[in-house]
Amino acid sequence: MAEPIAFTLRLRRYDPESGDAPFWAEHTIELEPHRSILDGILQAKARFDGSIAIRCSCQAAICGSCGVRINGRPGLACNTRLRDALRDAPDGVIEVEPMGNMPVIKDLVVDMDAVHWKKIRRVTPWLVAEEDGLPEREHLVDRDSMVDVTQAMACIQCGACVSDCLSMEADPLFVGPAAAAKAYRFVADPRDTQQLERLRDLAEDPHGIYDCTHCFTCIDACPKGVAPMNQIMRLRRRAADDHGIVDRNNGERHEAAFATLVRDRGLLHEAELLPRSYGGDSWLGKFHPAAGRVLLSSLPVVTKALLRGKVRPRVAVAGERLPREDRRHVQRIFDTVEGRPERLELNLYLSGVDEDGAGAAGRPPEGSETR
Amino acid sequence: MKVAYWPGCVSRGFAPELHGAMARIAPLLDLELIELDRAACCGAGVLSEHNQELADTLNARTFALAQQTDGELMMNICSTCQGAQTECQERLDASAEYRALVNETLAGEGLVYETGLTNKNLLWLLVEEIGLETLRAKVRRPLTDLRVGPFYGCYIVRPVDRLGIDADRPRDTYLSRVIEALGGTVVEYAGMRKCCGFPIVTMNPETSLRQAGRHLGDAKDAHADCVVTPCPLCHLNLDLQQPMAERVVGREIGMPVLHLPQLVGLALGLSPKELGLQRHVVRPTAVVDWSTSVVAAVGA
Repeated sequence: MAEPIAFTLRLRRYDPESGDAPFWAEHTIELEPHRSILDGILQAKARFDGSIAIRCSCQAAICGSCGVRINGRPGLACNTRLRDALRDAPDGVIEVEPMGNMPVIKDLVVDMDAVHWKKIRRVTPWLVAEEDGLPEREHLVDRDSMVDVTQAMACIQCGACVSDCLSMEADPLFVGPAAAAKAYRFVADPRDTQQLERLRDLAEDPHGIYDCTHCFTCIDACPKGVAPMNQIMRLRRRAADDHGIVDRNNGERHEAAFATLVRDRGLLHEAELLPRSYGGDSWLGKFHPAAGRVLLSSLPVVTKALLRGKVRPRVAVAGERLPREDRRHVQRIFDTVEGRPERLELNLYLSGVDEDGAGAAGRPPEGSETR
Repeated sequence: MKVAYWPGCVSRGFAPELHGAMARIAPLLDLELIELDRAACCGAGVLSEHNQELADTLNARTFALAQQTDGELMMNICSTCQGAQTECQERLDASAEYRALVNETLAGEGLVYETGLTNKNLLWLLVEEIGLETLRAKVRRPLTDLRVGPFYGCYIVRPVDRLGIDADRPRDTYLSRVIEALGGTVVEYAGMRKCCGFPIVTMNPETSLRQAGRHLGDAKDAHADCVVTPCPLCHLNLDLQQPMAERVVGREIGMPVLHLPQLVGLALGLSPKELGLQRHVVRPTAVVDWSTSVVAAVGA
């Protein structure tokens, strides 16, 4: 058994009702290195200052109460070990702050109602069943059809992903990673009868699924491996490809135009991608009024780029493309893959990795929960 | 060192100065580039959003083409290519069954992807293969007193597990180390590992440009002379769109944004013109003294 050693915690203190500015308070606690940040905070509270505020309950990474930022990164205080946090602390002091993107109520307690729960409620977080009144018997589902939603169901509503969502930081109205993952949980549930309506709602909302910048922050933030961003990509896939929802945010058109251009050329052609994303997925897209407006507004930028020689006129008009033979191979890949009766998706959260699988980036995988 | 070189789409489209700068610095770094000029777009996360197997197969084709060369490894010059390709490689390497299925599609042109390919962005290659000591020794014009803000791009710093970022390989700190090795001063600021906003510029331009504008503003507030990025897509939002971003955040910024090979090239003694710096939308006047073509901070 390891002996207790000293750790110094630097806690962000703030009481909005006091009228005083936020400040940092340092406390040195003594605990075994494998104990949690939460254990450390509770000891500081017991020994030095009973007024330190933090929410906690289960202390086992299940209740989702103790979301905080540790050394600038979101996570649960109860499942972050002191020794690991110390390793990440640049100056040897473990820094604990309240989560971001949500107002602080006191110290490490944020207002989850004002942001997180409001967004969760916005996606109708319950099953909308078919029956009017009480069904005669229970609704039986095929076991395999529920496997797909288990990753989204692993969410414990701690708010860590919401805390550091970079889209929400720039657009507070963004539905956000946690609510979107919750939405996928019902969109992919075979018992739900409102899947199309849910998808159309989230695709048409200017702050819905197409407002995610694909920054991976929520994937690293989540203590339970939910990978909310991946659930958002699944929502987009279902909305655009399965239901053909052409949204007003250009989400579907952008994706369709991207795929068509790579299919035709093997490479991306930015000068065609933009107008097609606004005006529709064909060469004529740029003559659509919506595309015309955008192109006109971006004219000063494009002109400057042309004048500086950043964008060569030939590239702007004709674009780059692969040699004919390679374009043929790329098109054959599109035909083969898109011609399959069902779209294939390998979710490593569910499938795990082969035992002999060498990890990407030249590193062996660390168990089955590779995200 | 010989590498299979994947330039990506943007470096040959809207950011040609990047591809050009890479070609210039390669011989100075003793890098022999075998260009993968038959490989297709990595999909930039958009193709995998559309159809995962499609993106995986196209990238498996790229990896197979790289494995046919005698390069020691594959190198890219785009954070987004690095992230998108690593994601596909992770799936391909995780399952022999899935790999076999993808290879079946590639068999038509006699290609096969075998596990074990290493694919590194120039940034990783500089630190892990060439080494900072070697790089430092090659510097002919140190970037003395030049204040450089790093801007990584999401795809090269997250998710940390997939990208192999840990205490042994702190790849999310490499830009600072390279700037230091080149003799520059590192300026850290709030937005340096945040998102430039580019992926949603067609979907929600205001949110997208607000992100670009805020990070550039943060860099300016930290008194950076310029920002450097290994991602040409970030460069599009940070440089090409900077005038629009300025409008969204309501302030003048005028922050020069350099591609990583351009910053390296300046320190290795290449002229700004050779590195295509005159092609940027925001003129790097703070970085470069145009009359003498010498890094201003060095002085006479």
